[in-house]
Amino acid sequence: MATTTVDPAATAGTGPAAGPGAPVARHTAVADALTLTWRNLLNLRRKPQLIVFATIQPVIFVLMFRFVFGGAINVPGTSYVNYLMAGIFVQTVTFGALSTGVGLAEDMTNGLIDRFRSLPMARSAVLVGRTLADLCRNVFVVALMAVVGFLVGFRWETNALAFSAGLGVVLLFAFALSWMFAFVGMTVGDAETAQAASFPILAPLVFASSAFVPLDTMPGWLQAFAEHQPVSITVDAVRALLLGGPTAGPVLKALLWMVAIVAVFAPLAIARYRRV
Amino acid sequence: MPSPTSRPAIVVEGLGKHFGEVEALKDVSFEVPRGAVLGLLGPNGAGKTTSVRILTTLLPPDTGSAHVLGLDVTTHRQEVRSSIGLAGQYAAVDEFLTARENLLMVGRLTHLGRAEIRARADELLAQFDLADAADDRQVRTFSGGMRRRLDLAAALVHRPPVLFLDEPTTGLDPKGRNDLWATIEQLVEGGTTLLLTTQYLEEADRLADRIVVIDHGTVIAEGTAVELKARLGATVLELGFAGHEDTARAGGVLAPLGEPTVEGSVLRLTVDDGARSMLTAVRALDDAGLEPATAALREPTLDDVFLALTGRRADDTGPDDAAAPPDGTTGAPRARGAA
Ligand SMILES: Nc1ncnc2c1ncn2[C@@H]1O[C@H](COP(=O)(O)OP(=O)(O)O)[C@@H](O)[C@H]1O
Ligand SMILES: [Mg+2]
Repeated sequence: MATTTVDPAATAGTGPAAGPGAPVARHTAVADALTLTWRNLLNLRRKPQLIVFATIQPVIFVLMFRFVFGGAINVPGTSYVNYLMAGIFVQTVTFGALSTGVGLAEDMTNGLIDRFRSLPMARSAVLVGRTLADLCRNVFVVALMAVVGFLVGFRWETNALAFSAGLGVVLLFAFALSWMFAFVGMTVGDAETAQAASFPILAPLVFASSAFVPLDTMPGWLQAFAEHQPVSITVDAVRALLLGGPTAGPVLKALLWMVAIVAVFAPLAIARYRRV
Repeated sequence: MPSPTSRPAIVVEGLGKHFGEVEALKDVSFEVPRGAVLGLLGPNGAGKTTSVRILTTLLPPDTGSAHVLGLDVTTHRQEVRSSIGLAGQYAAVDEFLTARENLLMVGRLTHLGRAEIRARADELLAQFDLADAADDRQVRTFSGGMRRRLDLAAALVHRPPVLFLDEPTTGLDPKGRNDLWATIEQLVEGGTTLLLTTQYLEEADRLADRIVVIDHGTVIAEGTAVELKARLGATVLELGFAGHEDTARAGGVLAPLGEPTVEGSVLRLTVDDGARSMLTAVRALDDAGLEPATAALREPTLDDVFLALTGRRADDTGPDDAAAPPDGTTGAPRARGAA
């Protein structure tokens, strides 16, 4: 796997530690978060099952949807593989977000969070370090899926810039969701429960959405939910950036959802972190 | 820092904490002078970990107060954290990092300079006999003893003047325990203030200047090891008999020597002068026509301290008490030598 590690030594505060009485300085908060990002990425690289989860699974999904369902699903105005990619990017990072919660829950079970909390480091660092590491993982996963997508026939119908912006929206959405599952992980406190608690949240979001099929094939009551929930909104924005159509409105709506998710769950997760 | 050197390093006053129905701490007070070693001794569920968690800012107390180097642990958390090192009950090290990476991580998080972090890691790896395994093995391949040593090293990276060790040797084999004891002894020679929790009187005896005995969240005794043992009688005379009847009769016969306690067919007596008491006891039993199946003199254990202080055994805890360590180890150094 490519080395996506951040060396915190390169960025760590060179100044002296904050003296007694001084609040943790901002540069320390950044350095602490990067130290834990580095640590989380090392962990990721050394856990084979996570690498499989992060890479092989999304690739299989691309291939399956492309070749198994692709023939059966007709979408207006484009090929199914072109329609699919926006959905599968968002689907992958959405399910991937639960690993943020699982990772934090693991740290709680094995006592590492206690060690971190007994150190004079920034309070935000454990959560920011975790969500940043997961963002790095998603950069890698999304890039890999894009390559596989191109290999099986995907072509953007806009331009390279819009396509890149689409991937950016996917990554931002992943980062926002990380905070939601950081809260779940800090709340339930053990890895298995975090996993079990996350799935019922994730499945309806991903499948009752515009990720894989146009919404007008769903019954009316479901459409009402599917149309407005964050996965659909994000998929629509990404799809517009990949395939054309009006982009400003959908992208703005998606960004608003992300801001709302972070605004609600980041404070909740931090409050949880301070209490455990 | 607003603390004259005369002030104790740790001051705990009237600490109380409950979890739902469980009163983990009722009213705990003690002090640890600078540079001293305090042993917090108690059975599983006594409230040792809860006390340590409060003192290390991980848990707010319900009532009472705690100060470390004059700093209130509830209102001056970050400052307290700069001054303390914590090695919790279960080694809190990252399994997927190497030993060195673990120490570098802690060094960065405690904001040491880059060069100092590297030097400190080298120094600690050598000191804790981990240099050979420092770089090419992830910690998950380490033995329990190596993990504990690394955990302790991680607590020392930023040279904290006050150190908390929660059951540092639970789960170690006798060799590992002895090695760790030697290391801890070296540490406190350097002037570090240490609060150590343990279930083993032997450990507190070896490492601590003073011992505070807690049970069900209450301090039940306090003193030096010598004082505690003196309250108890210096040694324990343990006599085993063939049947319960004999044991009961022997209890009557030996009553003048002390206060015999009977458990099954074993009778125990705490005495000041071991050898003489043994002779006296054997003569008295012989006169009464009783013959013990086993006879032994041994050092008192936490069990004996408990029996003497509370009238019940240390492991005779209620159903709501803390579970055994997850690794299933209860390797207690409770020597039960039989003659
Ligand atoms: N987080 C918690 N939630 C509920 N009960 C707890 C919690 N932590 C400790 N206890 C209870 O408090 C009591 C003291 O526990 P603890 O301080 O861990 O004891 P020790 O470390 O001496 O074994 C025990 O009865 C334990 O079950
Ligand atoms: Mg404990």
